[in-house]
Amino acid sequence: MIPIIGEPHDRVDGRQKVTGEARYAAENNLPNLAYAVLVTSTIPAGSIAAIDAAAAKSAPGVISVISHLNAPKLPDTGGQQQESNAAEHHHMPFSDDSVHYVGQAVAAVVADTFEHATHAAGLVRVNYRPTPARIVMEEHRSDAKERQGNAPATFSKGDAEGALASAPVKVDQVYRIPYEHHNQMEPHALVAAWDGDRLTVHDSAQNIFTTRQTLAKAFGVPTESVRVMSPFVGGAFGSKGSAWPHVFIAVMAARMVRRPVKIALTRRQAYFSNGHRPLTEQRVALGATADGKLVAMIHEGIGQTNTVCDYVEGFTSPTRSMYATPNVRVAHRVVELDLPSPTYMRAPGENPGMYALESAMDEMAYALKIDPIQLRVLNHADDDPANGKPWSSKSIKECYAQGAERFGWPRRTSEPRSMRDGRQLIGLGMASATYPSHRAPASARAVMHRDGNVDVSSGTHEMGMGTATVMAQLAAETLGVPFERVTFRYGDTTLPRAPISAGSLTVASVGSAVFAASSQLKRKVIDLATADASSPLNGTDPNDIDAADGKLTLKSDPSRGEAYAAILRRHYLDTMDAAADEKPEPNDPYSARAFGAVFAEVGVDPDLGIVRVRRIVAAFAGGRILNAKTARSQYHGGIIQGIGMALLEQTHLDRNLGAFTNVNLAENLVPVNADVRSIDVILVPEDDPHVNPIGAKGIGEIGIVGVAPAIANAVYHATGKRVRDLPITIEKLL
Amino acid sequence: MHAFDYVRAKDLSGAITSGSRPAAKFVAGGTNLIDLMKSEVERPAHLVDINGLGLAAVERVPGGIRIGALARMNDVALHPLVQQGFPAISQALLASASPQLRNMASIGGNLMQRTRCTYFRELTFAPCNKRDPGSGCAAMEGENRTHAVLGTSSSCIATHPSDLAVVLAALDAVITLHGRDGERKVMATDFHLLPGSTPHVEHALRHGEVITAVFVPDAAHASHSSYLKVRDRSEFEFALASAAVGLELSGGTIRSARVALGGVGTKPWRSREAERALIGKSPATATFRDAAEAALTGAIPHEQNRFKIELAKRTLVRSLTDLAGGAA
Ligand SMILES: Cc1cc2nc3c(=O)[nH]c(=O)nc-3n(C[C@H](O)[C@H](O)[C@H](O)COP(=O)(O)OP(=O)(O)OC[C@H]3O[C@@H](n4cnc5c(N)ncnc54)[C@H](O)[C@@H]3O)c2cc1C
Ligand code: SF4
Repeated sequence: MIPIIGEPHDRVDGRQKVTGEARYAAENNLPNLAYAVLVTSTIPAGSIAAIDAAAAKSAPGVISVISHLNAPKLPDTGGQQQESNAAEHHHMPFSDDSVHYVGQAVAAVVADTFEHATHAAGLVRVNYRPTPARIVMEEHRSDAKERQGNAPATFSKGDAEGALASAPVKVDQVYRIPYEHHNQMEPHALVAAWDGDRLTVHDSAQNIFTTRQTLAKAFGVPTESVRVMSPFVGGAFGSKGSAWPHVFIAVMAARMVRRPVKIALTRRQAYFSNGHRPLTEQRVALGATADGKLVAMIHEGIGQTNTVCDYVEGFTSPTRSMYATPNVRVAHRVVELDLPSPTYMRAPGENPGMYALESAMDEMAYALKIDPIQLRVLNHADDDPANGKPWSSKSIKECYAQGAERFGWPRRTSEPRSMRDGRQLIGLGMASATYPSHRAPASARAVMHRDGNVDVSSGTHEMGMGTATVMAQLAAETLGVPFERVTFRYGDTTLPRAPISAGSLTVASVGSAVFAASSQLKRKVIDLATADASSPLNGTDPNDIDAADGKLTLKSDPSRGEAYAAILRRHYLDTMDAAADEKPEPNDPYSARAFGAVFAEVGVDPDLGIVRVRRIVAAFAGGRILNAKTARSQYHGGIIQGIGMALLEQTHLDRNLGAFTNVNLAENLVPVNADVRSIDVILVPEDDPHVNPIGAKGIGEIGIVGVAPAIANAVYHATGKRVRDLPITIEKLL
Repeated sequence: MHAFDYVRAKDLSGAITSGSRPAAKFVAGGTNLIDLMKSEVERPAHLVDINGLGLAAVERVPGGIRIGALARMNDVALHPLVQQGFPAISQALLASASPQLRNMASIGGNLMQRTRCTYFRELTFAPCNKRDPGSGCAAMEGENRTHAVLGTSSSCIATHPSDLAVVLAALDAVITLHGRDGERKVMATDFHLLPGSTPHVEHALRHGEVITAVFVPDAAHASHSSYLKVRDRSEFEFALASAAVGLELSGGTIRSARVALGGVGTKPWRSREAERALIGKSPATATFRDAAEAALTGAIPHEQNRFKIELAKRTLVRSLTDLAGGAA
């Protein structure tokens, strides 16, 4: 059998993307299209006193100016926690005169061209009644509250405080991560068109089915009358998982002006109204015995949120599961500020949380004077400390070992400032990585055509992860047809339902459905052949039949067999199909997480404080890898984002204006090629019979986890300076 | 974006005539101006395209080189006359922006580019004396990590962002301008102005005047010069601190020295104090440190940019050390 799974196939959509043939949301220039441009608030809190739209209305090309003064009031559609994905469901756009943050849409100008709309938007005068605003999180610590988020806000076992107090060796520190933005390549955009009560939306989204449902509720039409399409997404990283205000505004505007309406946000707008990773301040306290056994772990702290969204950064999530300790207490709280809504950003919870925990583990290794890897192995959790369940599989020790070997960890001398290369101080650091393996219900359909070609479909998303490619591979291998013969269709709510593409669950969820639909289709054709007197397979045992290269063959007698296409032709069938609805098992007896180990080498200029990452070696075990090439590409992307998080990324907040200030790609720094020198990813083989039918754990997010602490730990090793607030910029090392 | 009309000037006098109309602006590579027009910071009524004027040559002239104002940054950086006689110019240009931008952006436009202070550029509702005279300065009590410590005033603390301009200030370059009254020449050090109480007035160019060329005189300290730029990101970022230095060394003594700093001044910061501290001395760390202390005397920090004072000193010491051949 030709191995298809695991093969490093090129992306099926690669050519379309590099030639410009791929059509992104904003490129759907429907006939009679109108353009909406947002007018956004300039105060963080208060209300709109007056809107003077006279000049805008009489500007060339303007069709309408929409605001709370004339907009239909949309009903509350429920929040992120319910079956809706309105990011700011406590405040639907234009529902009243209230202002909750700088950058909130307070009006939209609809015109015949983008330029006319942009020009007129600049003519709208808005007067505000400001009220005192809550901007600086540190000033409102005492108002921190518990909110139900993705992970429960608190967890405890044993007596963490008592054990910490009596522990012979302690680390107790506070770590801080600033506001950060997704900075995905394609800013948010959509085109909405009504035809009577039928709505079609071309969106750039990672959650089209929930968007469909949310829009149906908001605009009072049946779910079936709404179609959302999002075949190409130019990056999202979590920022496109929710229906942000502009989505409702475009749909509302299209209904009001009776024309299709496009909204394409500017880069600047995308910094204010589409989520960010919130500022967090995390205390980690560890207590250990002198020989390195952890006896207490405390992880607690606060993260920014606001009053119009439900988001909670669940940064204590990994601490519940990472190390074996009898006494644990974790608690994450939120502080509601008059700032834009935060949201998921690559590896929400785990990524910020592991920065704090893995930095503290490094501090503990120094306090104990033992090797950082050894400390982690000593405290390895053989089953999940969060719930006592066995792991579906766990290969973190292999990750430590293989990563350490490839990286050359044994050459490291543990003393800070002990390694040099010319003028540069060299530092080697490491950290663990983890991300839970989620799975959600998903459906798929597989259709075999008479010519032997196969169409597989599921309304999932392709945001650059390689979903379209690996799903085609999965179907090809399951059915035993050549990869080139399979087409995978996605990104459309007329296709079988798929979940949000987030939480690294796409391969596990959609893959399981594609696997099931393909298996069922294969079985259908086999059943047809074995019952068919003219088939060479007539009367044989279906379980004795193998499929490869478009052909069914008897395993016990490979001379007997025939092609799929021949069977369909003989039966005058144009197509045969199968559909599957797959769900995770309720009450799974296993806990499932992907694990990894990240190793970083930095060079620090001791006089100028410049840190450059010289190399990263990372070993990940994520169950079965469907495509080594797209998998590596996911890991690389995560690692590069992690380099950015460690050294560059921060969105500055002006405390007087309540506004983010570096809101363009020149000043909001992300890594450029020159910041990314050598990345070496080891795919640690892992066979997981329990996690899901295809054995794949999901790898989209774990790649970023552990990178920032590995780099921060390397900087400490190089310089002897422990920087506990990211990013590690020059002034912190001078 | 505001409505504007567009003309492509055929010759210099046509450009000057069109460019002298009220609210007219020249456009060369457009990499700075168009950006600012999109964010409505610049609102010209007439855009006068000067790319048809030629003015792109780099040539040897008596006593130095002449760089046409419309020469592209990359072409100048890679020009043999520049690389041989004025390595700091080449280094500064190659450390600027990105290859794509350098292929579009002109030398004249580079000198005229406006500050990267985010309040000036992006937050049209933030007070900014440079954008909206008299409105105040949001950076003073706001986000000022990247702002200036030298040449500041109570009106404005924005840095001048150009790398090239720092080298031109160091190497005694002369800028040639053409206007309705003909040609005039301005020393690079006099071209950019301190903010004082009028931060919106940034340079000596009069309305309607075209920068036509930059002359850089030959000198031993020019052919032995370098540019060091310190920033968070490896590439594609403006300087937190930079130093343009030129040294003429003989017999273990510094015969002549040129020093200018970038990223820390409200204008490209020529430091004659630092030069005086170097000339006649032997190249040694202590000498370089003295020069650095002299260069930063009188620096005024704000909340987030205090580190720039020490960073600028170390940047200068490092670049002098390296240029002097690691003598220190
Ligand atoms: C993302 C980004 C990063 C950058 N990084 C750097 C950097 O690291 N270092 C650096 O030095 N620069 C940097 N730049 C700035 C870049 O170098 C300037 O934008 C460029 O040099 C401007 O040249 P231009 O020809 O495009 O000017 P334009 O945008 O065409 O014009 C800019 C201004 O100059 C005026 N002007 C242009 N030519 C003339 C002339 N001949 N006579 C009179 N007036 C004239 C115009 O009227 C306008 O006001 C960066 C720019 C960007 C966008
Ligand atoms: S520093 Fe200058 S440019 Fe920046 S806000 Fe203040 S006045 Fe404006």
